[in-house]
Amino acid sequence: MPAPVQHYDEMNLPAGKGRGVREHYRNIEAWLGSMPPERVAEKRREADLLFHRVGITFAVYGDEAGAERLIPFDTIPRIIPSAEWEMLAKGLKQRVTALNRFLHDIYHGQAILKAGVIPAEQVLTNEAYQVSMVGLDLPNQVYSQIAGIDLIRHEDGGYFVLEDNLRTPSGVSYMLENRKMMMRLFPELFATQSVLPVEHYPGLLLDTLRASAPNEMREPTVVVLTPGQYNSAYFEHAFLAQQMGVELVEGADLFVKDGYVYMRTTGGRQRVDVIYRRVDDAFLDPLAFRPDSFLGVPGLLSVYRAGNVSLANALGTGVADDKSTYPYVPDMIRFYLSEEPILKNVPTWQLKKPKDLAEVMDNLPKLVVKEVQGSGGYGMLIGPTSTKKEIEAFRARILANPANYIAQPTLSLSTCPTFVEQGIAPRHIDLRPFVLSGKDVKFVPGGLTRVALKEGSLVVNSSQGGGTKDTWVVE
Amino acid sequence: MLSRVADRIFWMSRQMERAENMARILGVTSNLVLFGTKDAQQQKNLLAPLSITETDTAFFEAHKKLTLPALLDFMALDEKNPSSIYSCLKWARENAHAVRWQITSEMWETLNATWLELKGFKKKDITGSDATRFFDWVKDRSHLFRGVTYGTIVRGEAFNFSRLGTFLERADNTARILDVKYHILLPRVEDVGGALDYYQWAALLRSVSAFETYRTLYRDQIFPIKVAQLLLLEQKMPRSLAACFAQVNEALERIEGQHDKGAKRLAGELHVRLTHADIEEIFQAGLHEYLETCLDDIGELGSRIQKAYLGTV
Repeated sequence: MPAPVQHYDEMNLPAGKGRGVREHYRNIEAWLGSMPPERVAEKRREADLLFHRVGITFAVYGDEAGAERLIPFDTIPRIIPSAEWEMLAKGLKQRVTALNRFLHDIYHGQAILKAGVIPAEQVLTNEAYQVSMVGLDLPNQVYSQIAGIDLIRHEDGGYFVLEDNLRTPSGVSYMLENRKMMMRLFPELFATQSVLPVEHYPGLLLDTLRASAPNEMREPTVVVLTPGQYNSAYFEHAFLAQQMGVELVEGADLFVKDGYVYMRTTGGRQRVDVIYRRVDDAFLDPLAFRPDSFLGVPGLLSVYRAGNVSLANALGTGVADDKSTYPYVPDMIRFYLSEEPILKNVPTWQLKKPKDLAEVMDNLPKLVVKEVQGSGGYGMLIGPTSTKKEIEAFRARILANPANYIAQPTLSLSTCPTFVEQGIAPRHIDLRPFVLSGKDVKFVPGGLTRVALKEGSLVVNSSQGGGTKDTWVVE
Repeated sequence: MLSRVADRIFWMSRQMERAENMARILGVTSNLVLFGTKDAQQQKNLLAPLSITETDTAFFEAHKKLTLPALLDFMALDEKNPSSIYSCLKWARENAHAVRWQITSEMWETLNATWLELKGFKKKDITGSDATRFFDWVKDRSHLFRGVTYGTIVRGEAFNFSRLGTFLERADNTARILDVKYHILLPRVEDVGGALDYYQWAALLRSVSAFETYRTLYRDQIFPIKVAQLLLLEQKMPRSLAACFAQVNEALERIEGQHDKGAKRLAGELHVRLTHADIEEIFQAGLHEYLETCLDDIGELGSRIQKAYLGTV
């Protein structure tokens, strides 16, 4: 076993720094101390039952039984003082603004490429670069109306951006349901502490989507486009549609006619103006992209290019949240906003660069290596917790295609107390705030906290056994 | 409302109703078998559920002999039988899952909880006296679903299509039960009007919850023609064909749509026909023929509804 890495404990102060618990966790500490173990167990069973009955489940790809699993929900909240959140919010707004400016730029004048800040081939030969988007003007010049920025906290307590998600970031429904669940199970906790609300997210989302409508129309028809009930995030698609009061549609419900998009209803056809699409770019239009896709709408791209329908998020945002573009984001902030980045990037080696490749190969056991186009925690090597055999196997994969990989130092994700078999123990967490960009940038305080439930594990993704916690921003 | 959503709500309601009807038929069949009637009659009783669902061929592909345990095995929990109670409840839940946000959370939770509880039943739970417990459970879940729907959902298209599905299915099932049972219980036209096996007729009435109603209206002598009148034409009997068509017609009238393709008209015709029918005339022309026509019309109506509102598949 590798020596334990130092990590930042969200709740407990380091030994020797006064009373054991950070101030914003004092109430939770008292509450945990006062609850007999049977009551804790009872409440956890209640939460489980409620989640199952309501059907807040998650379908895992490749699971033979097509089973739906609960994403485990841990009832000890992760707490952030409001002053800290304000700093994060400023940094998130800055970062997402720069990313949207970047996207507009690369599909128009390409100033950042001409200035040599980013190598042109990094962008123009990127798999996710959409040639069909070149020259298209979008409402508010916003490409990613809904962004999920993954943050982690290193051992010194500083926040780092782990990854940007600008295509179809998910998890906000769990954020909302977790808060509802906590208020139902433990109302007494909310009486003793001022926790900033998050319930208004669907309203903000709807405002953002309406603000994205073509030609600034006043009463646009918004829909949520889902791949369907067997998609792993279906619960969220349906939940958000219902919370916003808009239709949840599948590709087959829509059709293109006379230059517009319509939906098939029992009362005849109805025009659609804004599509919050949770379908990947490649599947959106079988006439333009993957011809075998049944999830999209034939002719959608033509309507989009004519400016008669809006998509959230836009086509072609994948260039900006690609792991190989990630190292350039701080430069984007400087280039477009003339500001220093508030949120730091994790130092990143790009293995397509020979010097970086050499340095990484010498240090594989200490590093985390990720596929440039990967997601969900798959296609990754975590050096310190891998066997020699696993490392050598991965080395061969890297050598076969170095440009497909980036490497980062092993980060010590902060820990938060979590209910486990043996009682309460620290588990590693991250944070995904959701940033909305319409006429301006908005968020709800906090976001989704994901927790790696296995002892020592750093993988928080739900598809690999991670869980979630309620996230509190407290005054 | 999206055509696809209306389709799911319509079918989810039909499947719950179908499960309930199946539980009723199987419950009655189990009881009849307990009476120890003659072998030939036994076989006819056991065959009835298969005839009603047109699954006799499928049954004999899976089982050698037609016994009560084999029948229950096939019609209650067989996952491979698309007409089994298991399949109906499963598909009701799947359809609800597809549109869970267009129905109330209580409706969704009722169907989801039904599915979760169903998975807890084992084949051995459906033998002997435990079978009754299972059938009662199915009926309870169906009643609950209907009650929760009626009590919670806003009176819009979701409600309309749910009611339409429920009562169209009930109409279909009632006509089939009557047709099959009449074939079994009345092999000869000359028997009409005579006092026959009381228990068989009582069983038929119980299967549509009409036994007490019959006795209230007609006292305790059971005449086939009066049974037919009650189950076909009596508007006040909620499971009669006439009552079902009144509900179907009402639901369709509430549904908004310009490209109706003759669905509303046909529903209206059927409703009027049953309202003004005369039981003696029906028997003279032939009950079986009459019911066959009804079933054809119900099928045609279903087809028109599918085309006009639900998106043809």
